[in-house]
Parts: sequence; structure tokens; C-alpha cells
Amino acid sequence: MKSVTQIRSHTVVLPMDNVDTDQIIPARFLVTTSRDGLGRGLFADWRFDAEGRPRPEFVLNRPEAEGASVLVAGRNFGCGSSREHAVWALQACGFEAVVSTAFADIFRANALKNGLLPVQVNEATHAALAAAPGAAVTIDVAEAVVALGVLRTAFPIEPFARYCLLNGQDELAFLLSRETEIAAFEAAAGHVPWRIR
Amino acid sequence: MQGRPRTLVDKIWEAHLVSAETAETPAVLYVDLHLVHEVTSPQAFAELRARGLRVRRPERTVATMDHAIPTRRGADGRRAPAEGAAAEQVTALERNCRDFGVPLYPVGDARQGIVHVIGPELGLTHPGSTIVCGDSHTSTHGAFGALAFGIGTSEVGHVLATQSLLQRRPRSFAVEFTGALAPGVSAKDLILGLIAQVGTAGAAGHALEYRGSAIRSLTMEERMTVCNMSIEAGARAGLVAPDDTTYEYLAGRTFAPAFANWDAAVARWRTLPSDAEAAFDCELRVDATALQPMITWGTSPGMGIPIRGVVPDSGGDASLEKALRYMGLEPGKPLLGRKIDVVFIGSCTNSRLGDLREAARVLRGRRVAAGVKALVVPGSQQVKKQAEAEGLDRVFREAGAEWREPGCSMCLAMNDDRLLPGQYAVSTSNRNFEGRQGPGGRTFLASPLTAAAAAVKGAITDVRELS
Repeated sequence: MKSVTQIRSHTVVLPMDNVDTDQIIPARFLVTTSRDGLGRGLFADWRFDAEGRPRPEFVLNRPEAEGASVLVAGRNFGCGSSREHAVWALQACGFEAVVSTAFADIFRANALKNGLLPVQVNEATHAALAAAPGAAVTIDVAEAVVALGVLRTAFPIEPFARYCLLNGQDELAFLLSRETEIAAFEAAAGHVPWRIR
Repeated sequence: MQGRPRTLVDKIWEAHLVSAETAETPAVLYVDLHLVHEVTSPQAFAELRARGLRVRRPERTVATMDHAIPTRRGADGRRAPAEGAAAEQVTALERNCRDFGVPLYPVGDARQGIVHVIGPELGLTHPGSTIVCGDSHTSTHGAFGALAFGIGTSEVGHVLATQSLLQRRPRSFAVEFTGALAPGVSAKDLILGLIAQVGTAGAAGHALEYRGSAIRSLTMEERMTVCNMSIEAGARAGLVAPDDTTYEYLAGRTFAPAFANWDAAVARWRTLPSDAEAAFDCELRVDATALQPMITWGTSPGMGIPIRGVVPDSGGDASLEKALRYMGLEPGKPLLGRKIDVVFIGSCTNSRLGDLREAARVLRGRRVAAGVKALVVPGSQQVKKQAEAEGLDRVFREAGAEWREPGCSMCLAMNDDRLLPGQYAVSTSNRNFEGRQGPGGRTFLASPLTAAAAAVKGAITDVRELS
């Protein structure tokens, strides 16, 4: 994973609450063995009509959304299915951070493992961001602060996840480094209680 | 020495700590059982190949095919083969399981089925164990008093390579269902009622523990239905403490402990229930006696109402307005009597033998209404075989419903079992999200009883009114 220290971008605002991962990427786009090429599926049923033509009114299709890497979303973003494809699709379309008042647990975990930053802010900050689509924001990972003009808001981030983001470390490498402890646990826990055949 | 009172989750958690969490690092949690399917695993196996890693514990890993495979049969009476990219996923899983030594129950195997149906029926789901799968409905296995939760594909790779995960302990949330369910009210109604009450983020960050007399009197299959939809309340997991019902279900199953090991296991499992004095971060009491058959009207599982209720007013809420528009519904109107096009009975929520028996009880001697397509998809080959031995398949066929091969099917429309744009379905699955069952499709979630009643009437019906 490459390190993530600071994100500077204008925002795009998708204010609906409870945006589930089936909306972020419908299941039919999951019929793949790759993590690449998923951008086409991002919000597919909102971005495109039945004939595959872009819906001009959808926020991601507007010219001002071009180049935005911060998505300001409603409450409980990423609920539902555990599909990590939702994170990969957002990243394929250039998103580096999602701001919301609350994230679904599995989505947050998936996002952090890929360097997509889930930024959880209070209602007041969220309202300010939602009211200013296209505003320039700066998100600093080390300080865990999102800045919109003079408005600076701290956001919670799990310390280990922050360490991994800043250092570009991935969790798998960390887990592999715990081999001795894992082997000791297995030795103490005894044998596998079944024999699968 | 008496320690601090502990919850069921505390006990499982502490027994699986490779290393405890600190302020700086999460816990390293050992995983007893890893279930794998064709859709969320190929990228994880690719990661292992790229790093030159092996699967650490193939004997703690079981793979099957369920999500993307067809459930139709061809002219030869056999399941239609997967095509295109779905065929690639199937082939990739076969290759990955072969190369990494992972046991696989593929299409054609008598043990194939929806991953959350086969784990319990094979006796792999043990009380007190940790179970993960790249699927959010892994919470199903919590019905046995296991700590079971869904993970993303990166974590699938972590577990394949290290049999461990980095995790923070979930907060605890006890929900006590007092009283007993009334006739015609099922486990599905119980969980839809809870989600309607707490909302789809109501249990975020928490592991739910379902307790109380109404839970104790549920069968294991019904407990699985409840735990299955914990994720729809935002929970990280949902558990029921094991009891004699659990042990009776597990005894004699293929991978359950046997002989002397069985007695030792049951003795160990009996220590799992939360201590009487254990404190929970959050507690809720629900009077199960007052629960009604439930149905969802909107595009989130929290948008549920009693079957005789009316569609709510948006009150200016943009999400509710969007849901009303998508569903083509008017506030203040009842759902009863609304025409439907499709009935889907299946999914990891409601595709077990008990679910099929309930649906058959309604459909026996009746016909699916003209113009309605009804699909019955058993959860596994074992369920299919048992149902056929009881003649349930005949009941469904004679009623005019389709009897399919096991798989996830129309729950998530990854194969060709899909709603057409604008169609209305009553579905026993778990998600009514926009387009979940096919682009433009509109889903009402309900129990197998309610779904079967809708099939007969061609409209949303209170099953208690069918004589």
C-alpha cells in the first residue's frame, strides 16, 4: 500500500443517508476475478440509464465533479454487503477519501486496508461540507484533521490504521511478522476439531 | 478465584487472542473456520500468489460455490453451467483450491450450497468458535454461539495466509425478546421488527446477543434467520448462547465432535453463555408477543412495517422520499392487496428445510396466482434432497412454482435470476436495496409464510387470513 499523508481536493456531495454497497457497485459487476476495471460499476445504476447513457443530473456526471477525490456522503455510508469492490470502484474513479457522519463497520475496515480514507465528522462539519459542494478541503492524516477554509475538524482514526496509512505498511505484513505468536497459540490450543474431506 | 463477569462474546474473544489489543495495535484474533466462495476470494488468492505465500491452515478452510452460479437446470435436467465471467470465477476457485490444498464442495457435490447453509448442516459451525467469510451474512453462524462475522477480500487474504485477523473488540448489545411469537409470526418477522426499531446503523460497532424466552423457543434454523440479518442492523455480529437445542442440532453431523470428544465439547460449550452479572454496553427489551408479521415497504431493511400497516410519510426526509419514489408507493396507503410479479423463496436467510416446509404449508393444494413467477431455491444440496424426500418439491411444482438448484440466486442477482425493471417481488431474502434483485426491481422483504401467501393471491396478503 502506498502511504497516504495528506489529501487536497475539491469535494463532490452525495448527501443521501444509508448508501449501501449495492448502490456503490451493483453485484453484477462483481463477476470478475480482478480488482481492476471496477470504475465502470461505481454507482452504475445512478450514473447510467438502462441503455448505458450517463444521467446528466447525477452528481458524479456533472462537470464540476471532474477531478474530485473527496466524496462527501450521508450517514451510514457503505452499509450492507462486505464487498471490497466498493472501495476498489471508488478508488478507480479517483476517490481518496469519503466524509460522512458515520460509516458501516466492514466498509470502514475495507477502506483503510486500501488507503481510502474514511473521515467521520460531526453533524455541524458535515452540514458545512454538504452546503458547499466543490469546496476545496485538506485532509491531514497525521493530525487527523479535515480543513474547509478556517473550519478545522478533528476526526477519529484507529491508531494502527493511521500508522499503516502514514507508513504505507499493510496489515498482512504485520500479521506475517507475528508468526511466532500465532504458532504458539496454535500449539497451546490443540488440534483442529474436525478432518475435512 | 472469581473473575469479572463475562459475556458470551468476551469468553470467545479471550479464548482466541493470539495477542491482546493495546492502544497502538488491535488484537490478533485467531480464526477457527474460514468459509470461502467464488466471488470474494479470487483477488485474495492472487495476493497470496504475488507474495509467494501458502494457505496456513487449509484444514480450517472450506470453499463452495454459491453466489454467481446459475440455479436453472438445462434440458438434460442438470444445473446449467456458469458462463462468461462467472465461469471464470468458478474455474479460478477450482484452481485456487487445488493449488493451495483447500477443500472445495463444488457444483455437483452433494455438500454444495449457500456457504451459510452448509457450514451449520455439515456440523462445521461450533459453539464458542470464531468464523469468518468474505460475506456479510456470516453472522448467521452466531446462532450457535460462535463469533462469526463478514470480512472484505483483503482480510480473506489475511486469514488464508495467517489464520488470524487484526481486530478491535466489538461493544456488546443485549436484546431480550420476552414472551412468545404469536401464530403466523416467524423468526423473520422478529428480526425485521428489531431492525425497523433500531435502524440499519442501530447496532454499528456492536455484537448483538439475542436472549429471552422467545429466542430460547426458536429452532436452530429460526435462530439462524435472526442472526443472519444482524448486519442489517449494522451489527458486527449477532449471537445466541448455545443450549440443548444447539447440541441436539449438532449431534451426529459430519464435522461435529464425536464420542468422548462430543461429551467434552458439550461440557465446554455449557460454560459459554454470558454470566448472569455480565454487563452490556447497550441493552434493549422487546415484547415478542406483540410482534406482527412484518414486510418492508422501502429500499432499506429498516423500512419495515406490520403487514396490516400503512406506508409511512417521508416527513420531508430525502432518503424516505427517494425510497417512496423508487418503490412507486404513496404514503398513508396500506401494502395489503398490492399486486406483485415475482415471489422468491430462498437465500441464506430463509432457504432451509423449515423455511421450505412453511412455504409448502401455504402452497399445498393451492396455485400460484396467474401472472406471478414463483421461484423456490433450496439453500443446499442436502436441503434439496431432504425437501424432495418429503415431497415438498412436488408441492411447489404442482402449485406452479419453479424448483431450482441451490445457490444465492435472486437474493443478489449475480446470475440470471433477476427482476425486470419495475417488477415487484415479495422475497424471503435479506436486502431490499435499489436494484438488489435486478436493476429497477422492487423488493418487499418478508417471511416464507408471507411470501407463499403473496404467491397464492398475486398480491401482498396477511397469511393469517388464508383459511
